[in-house]
Amino acid sequence: MSTAMEQLYQQVILDHSKNPHGRGLVDPAGSGASAESHQVNPTCGDEVTMRVEFGTSASGDPTVERVSWEGQGCSISQASLSVLTELVTGQDVTSGEHLASVFRELMSSRGKGLDEASEDALGDAAAFTGVSQFPARIKCALLGWAALRDTFAKAGVLGDVSSTDGARTA
Amino acid sequence: MTAIDQGATQPLTTTELAAVRADFPLLERTVRGGRPLVYLDSGATSQKPHPVLDAEQDFYLQRNAAVHRGAHQLAEEATEAFEEARRAVATFVGADEGEIVWTSNATAAINLVAYAMSNATLGRGGESARRFALAPGDEIVVTELEHHANLVPWQELAARTGAVLRWIEVDDDGRLRAEQLDTVVTDRTRVLAFTHASNVTGAVTDVRPFVERARQVGALTVLDACQSVPHMPVDLHDLGVDFAAFSSHKMLGPTGVGALYGRGELLEAMPPVTTGGSMVEVVTMSETTYAPPPQRFEAGTQMVAQAVGMGAAATYLADLGMGAVAAHERELAEQLLAITEIPGVRLIGPADARDRLAAVSFVVEGVHAHDVGQVLDAAGIAVRVGHHCAQPLHRRFGVAATARASASVYTTAEEIDVFRESLGTVRAFFGLT
Repeated sequence: MSTAMEQLYQQVILDHSKNPHGRGLVDPAGSGASAESHQVNPTCGDEVTMRVEFGTSASGDPTVERVSWEGQGCSISQASLSVLTELVTGQDVTSGEHLASVFRELMSSRGKGLDEASEDALGDAAAFTGVSQFPARIKCALLGWAALRDTFAKAGVLGDVSSTDGARTA
Repeated sequence: MTAIDQGATQPLTTTELAAVRADFPLLERTVRGGRPLVYLDSGATSQKPHPVLDAEQDFYLQRNAAVHRGAHQLAEEATEAFEEARRAVATFVGADEGEIVWTSNATAAINLVAYAMSNATLGRGGESARRFALAPGDEIVVTELEHHANLVPWQELAARTGAVLRWIEVDDDGRLRAEQLDTVVTDRTRVLAFTHASNVTGAVTDVRPFVERARQVGALTVLDACQSVPHMPVDLHDLGVDFAAFSSHKMLGPTGVGALYGRGELLEAMPPVTTGGSMVEVVTMSETTYAPPPQRFEAGTQMVAQAVGMGAAATYLADLGMGAVAAHERELAEQLLAITEIPGVRLIGPADARDRLAAVSFVVEGVHAHDVGQVLDAAGIAVRVGHHCAQPLHRRFGVAATARASASVYTTAEEIDVFRESLGTVRAFFGLT
């Protein structure tokens, strides 16, 4: 297979798609806020329903307590959901929103990737750099992130830093 | 004008096929790092041969002028080219030239009929248009096999008029269950809209029982012929349908043009949809009388060069002989169906080549269609992935997406071999055995 294919289907992506984190919707346990989002990719029929439970950090900021989701789609969309779940669980909502922006930037990089600090912040999600070389697959990688941002908007947890480009920009 | 010479029923010879391919420069290009292109996405859109491109270019270079107006020589020549194209398309599908309306695509053709019925329901078109009017409780029948283009316009028409939408189901082979015609089509049915050939399962519909049943109850038939016209002899008069839609870009012609066929007396009685210039007789400040068909349905400046290209495409296919084209593609269909021998590959559609197109939709167990398409693409093979604008049909088969390989007249047996070989590597690429 070509180099571009190896970059697209990194082992970490294949692993996540086979054993995804967060799959299976979980009923909200706590008394905190929660929100649900349903996103579809109309070109291929991929879809996801994501449920996010929110909490509050010691400093009083909203946090992502738990992410669970049910969906169907290609290895890229499923792996992206899995990586996202790992990445944002336990984080401040503002950090989650920031990561979503950085990931969008990565998807616009046409295979070039981002600076080291940004890729470090993305962790396993940096493995999706190869996806940005395939315009038709970028939507697959962004499906879960669109759902995450939509739950933030629905729960009203972003406060002043609310996203300017909305949750359905994938 | 209606007799179609189906040509030889022998497939194209090797020499003929090589000559055909030489007409399609794009087929010579490479993709993804120098791999020869294997184009198996003709069901989505076909490639275009030199004679079509030349016809379009020649029109612009030599005869471009406004059609149906102006008395100068160029206007005459442009009008003649435009109407000659209409004759070529009409002859190709067994219709009279006055029965072919240019539309921007096949979707627009189906919508034209649906909106004309809406206008008739509102009383437009007078007494003669009453036959197109719908009342609450009337029924519109479609099928589970339809492309969204032959489903959504009817959902909308039902919503606008209070008519009820019903549908014929498909069997496990992806063929229409014609036996349901007797129960689903009733005295309340006013429209029976169905596909001639499925863009997903490749099944070709036996049109006759549909037309017979529609006539029994006085319903209008609307045939989606997008996938049949490019691949098999189609004689619309012989089929007896009332309306049919097909697109240029799937039959080797340019994008931006399609055709609506309407039986002469029906087009004569049908009220216009898009109104404005070129479709009128007498206009006063308060009212307008309309031109006879087909001009009544061709408001505004038409896609003249594209229509000329579509005419050239019809002529190109007619010269090859649709009998020979169909025989060639039947061989390709048989070859494509052998993908069922590949472990983990499940066909969505009939497993035998009888009454079916050389288009196969399939799933690879454990691998999403997008990922299947990606592996094939890396080998230079272009297939379609997704729901192919037929979500209800995919839901019927319990899948969200399929991959589809679809051939055309220029497709070779060697290309199908390359495709099958590459498809056989997909599961291994994703670590499945």
